[in-house]
Amino acid sequence: MAFFLETLIGGLMAGMLYSLIALGFVLIFKASGVFNFAQGAMVLLAALAMARFSEWFPQWLGFDDKVLANLLAFAAALATMVTAAWLIERLVLRKLVNQEGITLLMATLGIAYFMDGAGQTLFGSDIYKIDVGLPKDPLFLFESAFQGGVLINKEDLYAAGIAAALVAVLTLFFQYTSTGRALRAVADDHQAAQSIGIPLNRIWVIVWSVAGFAALVAGIIWGSKLGVQFSLSLVALKALPVVILGGLTSVPGAIVGGLLIGVGEKLSEVFLGPFIGGGIEIWFAYVLALIFLLVRPQGLFGEKIIDRV
Amino acid sequence: MLYRENGQFKGSYRADQQIFPILQDRWMIALLLVVAIAVVPLVASEYMLRAIVVPFLILSLAAIGLNILVGYCGQISLGAGAFMAIGAYAAYNFHIRVDGMPLIASLLLGGFCATAVGILFGIPSLRIRGLYLAVATLAAQFFTDWAFLRIKWFTNNSASGSVSLPDLYVFGLPISTPAQKYLFCLAFAAVFALLAKNLVRAHIGRQWMAMRDMDVAAAVIGIRPVYAKLSAFAVSSFIIGVAGALWGFVYLGSWEPSAFSIDRSFQLLFMIIIGGLGSIMGSFFGAAFIVVLPIALDSLLPDLGGLFGVAVSTATVSHVVLMIYGALIVFFLIVEPHGLARLWSIGKEKLRLWPFPH
Repeated sequence: MAFFLETLIGGLMAGMLYSLIALGFVLIFKASGVFNFAQGAMVLLAALAMARFSEWFPQWLGFDDKVLANLLAFAAALATMVTAAWLIERLVLRKLVNQEGITLLMATLGIAYFMDGAGQTLFGSDIYKIDVGLPKDPLFLFESAFQGGVLINKEDLYAAGIAAALVAVLTLFFQYTSTGRALRAVADDHQAAQSIGIPLNRIWVIVWSVAGFAALVAGIIWGSKLGVQFSLSLVALKALPVVILGGLTSVPGAIVGGLLIGVGEKLSEVFLGPFIGGGIEIWFAYVLALIFLLVRPQGLFGEKIIDRV
Repeated sequence: MLYRENGQFKGSYRADQQIFPILQDRWMIALLLVVAIAVVPLVASEYMLRAIVVPFLILSLAAIGLNILVGYCGQISLGAGAFMAIGAYAAYNFHIRVDGMPLIASLLLGGFCATAVGILFGIPSLRIRGLYLAVATLAAQFFTDWAFLRIKWFTNNSASGSVSLPDLYVFGLPISTPAQKYLFCLAFAAVFALLAKNLVRAHIGRQWMAMRDMDVAAAVIGIRPVYAKLSAFAVSSFIIGVAGALWGFVYLGSWEPSAFSIDRSFQLLFMIIIGGLGSIMGSFFGAAFIVVLPIALDSLLPDLGGLFGVAVSTATVSHVVLMIYGALIVFFLIVEPHGLARLWSIGKEKLRLWPFPH
């Protein structure tokens, strides 16, 4: 039972990171109808920027304060993401207005490749550490209920807290600020939003920046757990089934979908894996998404926008 | 002045419907074939054949296959690498496990296995389309990656997971030198390109294009969506499967599942975007571009860096290649969504009028 719980919690933690990445996906899809393949590359770029700036700032400015270095690096990484968002809007999206979804999807693939290349050219391609001071010691829970208790990483708990805070902040931003309201208007109907004077271009820059912010948070958490390296960009492909499962237009859907996929992956790996040969984590999420597409294409919480054939 | 069809009257429907209606085009193609068959193997160096021409031919074949699905039928697929892998491993198993199986037969049987799996993963396309379908094909990609890594039967129980082949013979002739490999691949590429060209000009190709342009309207005028879509999946995966088998058998010789990873799928997609969606000719252009670009940059960038006094490492080169890929994709999508093939046909139109303005 304790082992089952540990697996379950491990799955929840992995799932939370998927949801963070999926969140960026959903934000962009809601606001611009673009299926953003570059979200993984954005996570990589943000994490690389964060890792490298936190190394560089102390060297450049000659101080030795970890907290300050991390704060400055966070600001610099955020600035990088906002610049990237602005450039993407300026150079790509603006020119591809009114194109089909498939064209935009392929354009984001191009952006993803460009970001992967640019990030690694600028910031280097080794494995870097991000250390924002998350505690790493393990924690034992429910020791009275089970023998030995349930092992949890403290870092994971903090990460969960950060993710929850991020979702809360985003929800507040979407519900209670005028920009957030404009974003929701654009998501509902581009033309109607434009006709009441919402500047589409600026909204897109904002939404890509917000997605960049989500990518930065995801990158920091992943990075401090596993180190920053190129594979981050590929892990983000897991976010695709997450958004299919949760529904492309639903922020809570991204969270629930991520948790479901994380838990499903870990449980199936541990309890099903031995029978069909291990390593099924690679495709489990995708096959689950495939089944979902056949049965309930709009996902758990999505709107029924899918076109049936 | 030289390239125009003045005076070439067509007296029959047959003449009107041929692939190359203009006499000069027919001469060009005949010349191209002669050069490709007779001159290239003599002139090109072994390195040239091995590192550029053979991969170019095989990847063009795969790009043609993908273009049929994505460019002609409008069903986006990110799983081309998976079908290449299925073709390669199935052909390998036929070749190894069946005694005296001719090489061409195993390659084609590999293609047929890819067809079967392609139809299976094409079934979701009957219910969903566009972006959602991309996820379904990604499922194919990751599932096959896993299957060929973990299920030992497919790799003939080899311990390392990599497979290798004995010497190849076709009709008693060996295929071992780069020139022989080149000619073998050329034969496949030429035959399949002709086949694909004729398919997309015919009844079935028009159904695919109608499906791509507007599926509801296509259904209204009596095109069966199930048949049109699944046939596109079948033909496309067959060609991609054969290309994958060639890639494994002729180009690699021995390979691991990572040879057909998701990067390969993206690479093929880039080929058809840059070459031209919905164009057989474009598949060749795109493949040539994508094959030559990294090699050219590999040799050019260090020199270019030397001019500015910057030492360019190989890692940087590979990152710059990524950046250039990405930038080119976006550039082509914005400026010329129909790719190099469109530039080619614009050039031809201009040439027909040249040197007069009208």
